[in-house]
Amino acid sequence: MESLTLSDVEQKYYSELFLSCDVDNTKKVASNGKVLDLFRAAQLSNEVVHQITELCGATRLGHFGRSQFYIALKLIALAQSGLPLRVESLNSVRDLPLPRFVMGKNEQEMRHAVMFADTENQGPYFPRPPGRVQAKKVSAHEMIQPCVPTVDPQPDTTSPVVSPHQSPPTSPHAWRKHKRQASGGNVDRQPSVPGVVWPHFREAQPGPVTGDGMWSAHSPPPVQESWVSFTDTPPSSTLPMHPPSAQVITTVRTVPSAMTTNEIQRQISGYDDPWKITDEQRQYYINQFKTIQADLTGLIPGSAAKEFFTKSKLPILELSHIWELSDFDKDGALTLDEFCAAFHLVVARKNGYDLPEKLPESLMPKLIDLDDSAGVPEPAPEVGFSASPVEVTPNKSPSMPSLNQNWSELNQSNEQWETFSERSSSSQTLTQFDSNIAPADPDTAIVHPVPIRMTPSKIHMQEMELKRTGSDHTHPTSPLMAKPPELSDEAKLAATIKFPGTTVDGYSSSDSFTSDQEPISSAVNRQRSHSGTSPEGLKVVAPPPPPPRPHASHSRSSSLDMNRNFAAVPAGPQQPGVVAFPPAVPPRPLPTQTSVPHGHRSVEGDGLPAHTSTSPHQMPEQPNFADFSQFQAFAVDQPADDGENASDSGQNDVQSEERNATTVNSAKVSTPLAPPPKPVRRRLKSEDELRPDVEDLPQKSNVIATVLATQPSIPRSIGKDKKAIQASIRRNKETNTVLARLNNVIECDHQERISLEVQLEQLRPFSHL
Amino acid sequence: AEICITSMDNYPLYIRSIPTQGELKFHYTVHTSLDVVEEKISGVGKALADQRELYLGLLYPTEDYKVYGYVTNSKVKFVIVVDSSNTSLRDNEIRSMFRKLHNSFTDVMCNPFYNPGDPIQSKAFDSIVSTMMVQAC
Repeated sequence: MESLTLSDVEQKYYSELFLSCDVDNTKKVASNGKVLDLFRAAQLSNEVVHQITELCGATRLGHFGRSQFYIALKLIALAQSGLPLRVESLNSVRDLPLPRFVMGKNEQEMRHAVMFADTENQGPYFPRPPGRVQAKKVSAHEMIQPCVPTVDPQPDTTSPVVSPHQSPPTSPHAWRKHKRQASGGNVDRQPSVPGVVWPHFREAQPGPVTGDGMWSAHSPPPVQESWVSFTDTPPSSTLPMHPPSAQVITTVRTVPSAMTTNEIQRQISGYDDPWKITDEQRQYYINQFKTIQADLTGLIPGSAAKEFFTKSKLPILELSHIWELSDFDKDGALTLDEFCAAFHLVVARKNGYDLPEKLPESLMPKLIDLDDSAGVPEPAPEVGFSASPVEVTPNKSPSMPSLNQNWSELNQSNEQWETFSERSSSSQTLTQFDSNIAPADPDTAIVHPVPIRMTPSKIHMQEMELKRTGSDHTHPTSPLMAKPPELSDEAKLAATIKFPGTTVDGYSSSDSFTSDQEPISSAVNRQRSHSGTSPEGLKVVAPPPPPPRPHASHSRSSSLDMNRNFAAVPAGPQQPGVVAFPPAVPPRPLPTQTSVPHGHRSVEGDGLPAHTSTSPHQMPEQPNFADFSQFQAFAVDQPADDGENASDSGQNDVQSEERNATTVNSAKVSTPLAPPPKPVRRRLKSEDELRPDVEDLPQKSNVIATVLATQPSIPRSIGKDKKAIQASIRRNKETNTVLARLNNVIECDHQERISLEVQLEQLRPFSHL
Repeated sequence: AEICITSMDNYPLYIRSIPTQGELKFHYTVHTSLDVVEEKISGVGKALADQRELYLGLLYPTEDYKVYGYVTNSKVKFVIVVDSSNTSLRDNEIRSMFRKLHNSFTDVMCNPFYNPGDPIQSKAFDSIVSTMMVQAC
């Protein structure tokens, strides 16, 4: 005989038939009797059958070998489709429908009739008594396959016919194996396939398409099958629970393991999802869940689940795969939804369905927690088995339990981020702040976008804050500077003395404030608000706390700030303008200023107005010095305020001294203590120079005394002992100069460092790219 | 390039190579690198085990390839061998690869059906590793 090419479908079908005919279990020869019966079942005339047997060579051989059998089957198909029986046409005819056979035997006829009757009906059927089925299971099933289509009146039965026949050769064996494995629950394999009752399928197909209905019933939930494949679960208990399922069991059994998921998909493309769990199934699963874990909202630990599913006798590898699919949040425990999905998959697998690579959408557990505590839920169907949030692969399990796994990644990213922040001029408060935010799942960038996303702008923020610190320092001082002129000497000094206290408080409060780890934006807002309010003449209100990040790391600078503020208060209004300005600026006004006081001094006893007129000219160059000019004018106009005036000049002198080092601090530091001694010295100088104002001395000394009295830093030598005063003054002045120089140096370094760090921060984020 | 996961007893749990030829050489390399890993672990006396210590970094470079090591808290070792010609791989990328490996490994561990010490047969794990290796090479 010529070689016969069979399609896969045909191959499978034929082999099945051959096996069914292989009563003697020879696997090589089909018994003549059975074969002939089969052929007769094909509803062909005897002559045709005879012709076929001749053609296939069986007559020659005397028996039906496998090849003969196959050829015969193909010829039958030809005959049934009305084509002439030719050997040549065996291979040439394409898309030949599979040969159909009709039951011939009595029992089969009966069954067939039953089936037929059943197919006519559309209502649900209840399981037939098992006894009848048992004996003839195999053959009945084999026969049922071809039988059914004949009953089907639908024209489009060819497709449904084809698919169920597409049973892999091994499937019957496997199927039988499954049957044996299955407990009694599977006994109900009834040929009463038809009226299958899948409610959802019924809905999909309202028409009396019994055949289709049947096939559709076959397709998806083979799940109903082997409900009770777990030996421990008594089958009987399940039956009453799922009466509808019983018939499904029968229906499924007929075509069952034969169908691959692809077929299912094809068949039920218009129907519901094959993986969908029906209510009865779900109820069953829930009950099973309760046997393990009474609380339906609780979790089944992995070990218990393992024991339970091991009873299903599936290979460990498959169980492992099922677990991977169903444990959605990767926590090692199963919620009710996860358990149902796992159970469903097990049942499917027991019925021969291949496990999907990804969890089907209908089996996905509903995400319960949508609040921040559980992270952002991800209904991503790519049940990503990965858990790499930061990288490309989507994170499958965003819920809390998975955070443990993501922790290492988070720590990594956190560490990178922290190192970045450490490299920057950020303070410890910044790093603390980061660690608070970072532990959140990086995937939930939606939850905490600010800290991570704002890195580039953070630098900007810091820069702004840096600038603001300078400005903020200036602002509070300027209004404060504006205040003193309005105060009397004592009051002014008292205020100046008190202000450091307030600044200290302000700083301490600011430090504590920053330790609250506020987001950067709020910190900036704080700065802005402060800068907005500061020029408005706040006095006692603490000066805007300097941006914690850039400054808190520099303990010295913070102390410097304090010193600066401490010194800033009593200092003249010229200091604030110089704080943030580059060194180059201050010297310019100095010569003019210094000239003024010098002018003052030289002309002290003379017509001051002339010089005062000069001062206003020079003053406008420095707007911050406006107060000073007013003050000067005021002082000049009122000789009684010579002390103040002198003190201002003294301040100017001090400034001129320190200007070379370009520090405001120095001036601030030195000036608080300088004014009292200065006037004295100046006064003395003036005495030396001019000697006209000796009578002013006692007045000055009185003023000085009062000034000194109010200054706690100066030894309280209230007595008129000028030498003691002068000695103390000198000592203080020396310390002042030393501190001033130190401040100069530190301030310079601080400025440079800040600028460098800012540059570093700007460059840092781009280094990783 | 190759990725190998060994248990605490230096028993391979999972080995995967991208160019499947010359696999033996990779196996040999991994085996020798285990010595280096052991050396590094024993050297660390402190009890704390934070992320940084888990990553061992470049174990040793040869003329052909570079070997990176990573050890978990349970003494499970990950070894990655990459070609030296592949200079585009930076340290951070290797770190992220190890992180992903570790995460996937914990997922496998979470599976109650997996017995520690068994060869890893999880398809999900396989897919992740393949994706990662394709990305790297």
